[in-house]
Order: sequence, then structure tokens, then C-alpha cells
Amino acid sequence: MAIEKEKLLWMFRNMVTIRLFEERVAEYFAAGKIYGFVHLYVGEEATATGVCANLRKDDYITSTHRGHGHLISKGGDLKLMMAELFGRKTGYCKGKGGSMHIADVELGILGANGIVGGGFPIATGAGLTAKYNGTDQVAVCFFGDGASNQGTFHEALNLASIWKLPVVFVNENNMYGISMSQKKSMNVPDVAARAAAYNVPGVVVDGNDVLAVYEAAGEAIKRARSGEGPTLLECKTYRYRGHFEGDPTVYRPKEEVEEWKKKDPIPRFENELAKMGILAPDQAQAIKAEISKLIDEAVKFAEESPWPSLEEITEDVYAV
Amino acid sequence: MRKLTMLKAINEALRQEMRRDPKVYVAGEDVGIFGGCFGVTAGLIEEFGPDRVRDTPITESAIVGSSVGAAATGLRPVAELMFIDFIGVAMDQIFNQAAKMRYMFGGKAKVPLVLRMPCGAGGSAAAQHSQCLEAWLMHVPGLKVVAPSMPYDAKGLLISSIRDNNPVIFIEHKFLYGVEGEVPEESYTIPLGKADVKKEGKDVTIIATMAMVHRALEAAADMEKDGISAEVVDPRTLQPLDNETIVNSIKKTHRAVIVHEAVKFAGPGAEIAAMIAEEAFDYLDAPIKRVTAPFTPVPFSPPLEKEFIPSKEKIASAVKALLQE
Ligand SMILES: Cc1ncc(C[n+]2csc(CCOP(=O)(O)OP(=O)(O)O)c2C)c(N)n1
Ligand SMILES: [Mg+2]
Repeated sequence: MAIEKEKLLWMFRNMVTIRLFEERVAEYFAAGKIYGFVHLYVGEEATATGVCANLRKDDYITSTHRGHGHLISKGGDLKLMMAELFGRKTGYCKGKGGSMHIADVELGILGANGIVGGGFPIATGAGLTAKYNGTDQVAVCFFGDGASNQGTFHEALNLASIWKLPVVFVNENNMYGISMSQKKSMNVPDVAARAAAYNVPGVVVDGNDVLAVYEAAGEAIKRARSGEGPTLLECKTYRYRGHFEGDPTVYRPKEEVEEWKKKDPIPRFENELAKMGILAPDQAQAIKAEISKLIDEAVKFAEESPWPSLEEITEDVYAV
Repeated sequence: MRKLTMLKAINEALRQEMRRDPKVYVAGEDVGIFGGCFGVTAGLIEEFGPDRVRDTPITESAIVGSSVGAAATGLRPVAELMFIDFIGVAMDQIFNQAAKMRYMFGGKAKVPLVLRMPCGAGGSAAAQHSQCLEAWLMHVPGLKVVAPSMPYDAKGLLISSIRDNNPVIFIEHKFLYGVEGEVPEESYTIPLGKADVKKEGKDVTIIATMAMVHRALEAAADMEKDGISAEVVDPRTLQPLDNETIVNSIKKTHRAVIVHEAVKFAGPGAEIAAMIAEEAFDYLDAPIKRVTAPFTPVPFSPPLEKEFIPSKEKIASAVKALLQE
């Protein structure tokens, strides 16, 4: 498979952007400047990156409570994201939504979601719009292993399957739903096995290998675009931080975390790019430094932004 | 007397009832080793084991529905929804199944089930993790709705709820978990449907629920300095509602201010106000006033969220406006 150099470098930059963004969010959360529930994507960067590298601006995604990585990968603006996390008027949702509700409808980002399993039917509906309008847009639904036990998973996959909708259901299997291990929450080792119930392809891929994700998602998206219906794609990955910031993670063994840290998707891809002769170590460093600056700017923008004014509280309840 | 937080009081009620009755079990997301999202079930799995402290997948409809089925066949489930906001996922099992089973079956079944769920704003948890939805549940014949404000009430009411033969929605305001109060060590019950006068007064009756009981008490203490004597009544149970205690207070004060964190339109205060208008109209010297959240989803940004939640200042100014009438 020949992937253009620009695309490979975009993937690297994107993964680094997510990682550095999340690390900065963790810092500001700990400092009390970012509010509410914050669920970070550290460790899972290859999944959103590999999937979204196949998407166009006019494609749709539905995201989750752990949504920053999806947003960044679909082109989300770091300043507007950071300002939203800081609760400012200039944020993506004018300070009304916060981490769990960031959306950019212009970019096809139909929102992070505070309700686990809330996105399945919404992505299905976006797929319906594409099919109804006769476009070749697709909708990608990101969801966790835990989410796949909700009733909406079954209802949406069935509907997308019988209506042959252009929806790709991307499972980010990080092995836990808060404290509950996937081994205890379902009796199949692979979420993808459930695809059989809907007669759609079920594919398992190493979610920490960005190129493997890129390729598998590419096929599923191509299938959706050409009218062949949905796919269930499972990406095996791991979250390095707690479920939310402040979670002491008593429920998983330290060795397990250490094992997975060895499979960190970012150094792994960096090495591959180096071997391909695409990215020398000093170039990788330069990219990281450059992105770190972008994040500094996002933080500065957020910190200097005004709070929403109190009159705004009743605005945007209804459309006019 | 010994002091406990509301969180510990609820935990103790669960523990004592589980020791007393082997048919009582707990189920919900992360209620086991994690101890529940807020820590309410901490330590239960160590004492009672995984058969009686059942970690479930993320599956609210089945958490509630399996509890309905287990309750109808002889167990006494105490299920936890991590946030009241998630009842939407489980609503059919609550209002079409649990609530109606006895009536539809001509009195031949009973559903002794408790659904515990935290509600409330205050932590920037935003629109899907901060709501007060008690009015939805008060509206459904067959459900009981309990909403305590104090650790003492929480323990006694939860024990009564577990022993009740009906589906009881037990709402815990998450910003009350850390509130301390005197709680007896022994097991005791508080009857469902009995309000409590939290502070006596003679000029105005403030009927407040959950976290707002505390704001109302603070407002009452402040107003005391201005020579205003407010009585604070906490219904404690919203369904059934203790009309008598509320009406008796109004017979004394002739004025009513209702305070809740839920939105005003068709909120719990609408029912309380209508009841007062029906049963105590002749005793009122002024219109009934409500202090509530505005009719919006709960906003995320701290200044907006602060504006959303009724404050002691807003309560006091509503009372003062009423006294001018
Ligand atoms: C309907 C609903 N139930 C429960 C929750 C609480 N909750 C938030 S995230 C989460 C775990 C989700 O696990 P998973 O889908 O595997 O995603 P991950 O957090 O691992 O990315 C839970 C139980 C919720 N937000 N919504
Ligand atoms: Mg998970």
C-alpha cells in the first residue's frame, strides 16, 4: 500500500496534536482551570487518526465522552476547543457544552456525547441523510466497548444494515468501561463478532497501529461510500490515564498498563516513519515543538477569552 | 450524636438492610470494586460479595428492567443509575413496566424495587449530567418519589423505601453527599409521605426540596437579621406529597414561596403551588411565588451554571417581595 508522504506526516502530526492537547488539558484540569468531567484520549490516538485520515470534510462523525481525539482528527479548531473546556464565550459551544458536548456541525462533527450509546442512532440518521440525498458522504460512529452493551447499539446496527446505510461503526475497545473489564461485560472476546447478527462485515484491527487502522477503515468507508452498507470495525487499544481525570484506576493491574505503554502508538509510528526515511528524529522533534506552540496559543486564547454573559443563559434553547 | 455525611448514611442504610434481608441486593454500573461513581456503595462488595453487589454492563434499560423482573418474582433490588439523567435510556421499564404492573394485573403483583439516582447541578457536569427530573417521575401513578435533604432523612427514608412494596425512585442530590448531620447508628425508618419542618417561623413558608432546603435555611438565617421569620418545610417525599404539613404551615404564615432546582415550567413546584391554591387559598395573603432554575438545559460554564442554580439571595429577595404584597 502506497500512502502519500503528506498523508503519513499528517497522521503523525495529528497523533502528536492529540497527545499534547490532552496532556495540557490534564494539567489545566489539575490546576482547576478546566471544569467538569474530562475523559482523555491518551493512548488511543492511532484510532481516530487512522479512521479520519480517510474522511472528507463533508463526512459525518458522532463522538463520545472521550471525544477530543475525534474532534481534532476531523479538523476541530484547537483554540475553540480549549476555550470551550475553559467555559468561555468564544468556545465551540459558547461555554454551554464543555468537554462532553463539543461539536462542529460545519465539519460534520455531530457532537461528543454525555450519554453512552447516544451516538449510534444519530450516526445512523446522518447516514440516512446521505443516502436520502443521494450523496456519497459517510457517517462514522465512534463508540467504546462498554457502549456496545447498550440497546441502541443493536437497534442502530440493525437499522443501518436493513437500510444499507453508509455508516461505519468504529469500536474503540480499550478493554474497560470505567471499572468494568470487557471480559466481564460481554461473553465474546471481540465486539466485532456481533456484526454477524446484522449480516455486516465485522473487522478487528490493532488500534495502536495507525496504518492498520487507516487501511481497515479505508475499506469500510469505501464500502459505505459505494452503497454497500455498514461495517463494524473494532480497534483494540488502551487508555493510559484514568477513566476521567481523578480516577485512581484501582480496577486494573499496573503491569497491564505497563505492557500497553510499550505499544504506545506514537513512538511506534515515529519509528516506522524513520525507517521509511520520511521522518528524521530532529524533524519529529521540530514537529512536536511546533504543535506544542499551537497548543500554547490555544491556551492563551482560552485564558484571555471572556466568560459568557449571564443573559446568554436563556439563548439557544430553541431555534428561531 | 454521631455525625455522618449523607453519602455514608445512605451506605449504612444499604448495609443494614442487606444484613437484615437476604432478598435485598444492589445492582448498577461500577457499584462493586469501584464503589459507585460517587462512592455510595463503597465496601459493600467486600461484605456481601458479587452475587449481592452486582456490577452491570452499561445497560440502563436492563438494569431497571431486570430489577422489575426480580422484584416481581420475590427479590428486593436496589438498583443504581449513575446519574438521574440516564433514566431516559431506561424510561419504558420505569413508567410502563415497574409503575403499572400492579394496577394492570388487577393488584396481583407487587414490585418492591428501589432505584437510586443522583441529580443536580453544581460541578460543571453540563446538560446531560446535572438535571433535576423529579417532576417526570412524580407524574406517573404507581411510582413513589423520595428526595431527601439531610443525612438523617436519607437513611430513614432509604430503609423505608427498601421495605416498601412499590417501586420507589430515591433521588440523591449529588452536592449533598458531603453534607454532614446527626445519624443514629441503629436502623430506623421515616415514613414515606411525611414532610418535615426544618425551621419554624411565622411570616412566610418556604417549601424547598433537596439542595434547596439548605439554600432556604441559609436565606432564612440571613433574613432573621432583618426581622423576617421564615418557616422552612421540606416535603422529603414528592410522591406521595404531604399536603397536610404544607397547608398547616401556610395557615400559620399566610405566605408561600416554593424553591427547587428543577426548571419552573411543569416542575415539582407547579404541583405544590396548585395543591396550595386548591387547599389553602383562603389562608393566603399574597400570591404563591416560585424560585427555580430558568427554563433551559443546565449550562456548562461556571458563571452560567451558578446563575442557573437558585441562590440564597434569590430566595431572600423573593420572600421580601412577597412580604411587600
Ligand atoms: C447512558 C449512560 N450510562 C452511563 C454513563 C456513565 N459512563 C460514562 S463513560 C462510561 C464508560 C464508557 O465505557 P466505554 O464505552 O468502553 O468507553 P471508554 O470510556 O472506555 O472510552 C460510563 C459508564 C453515561 N455517561 N451514560
Ligand atoms: Mg472502553
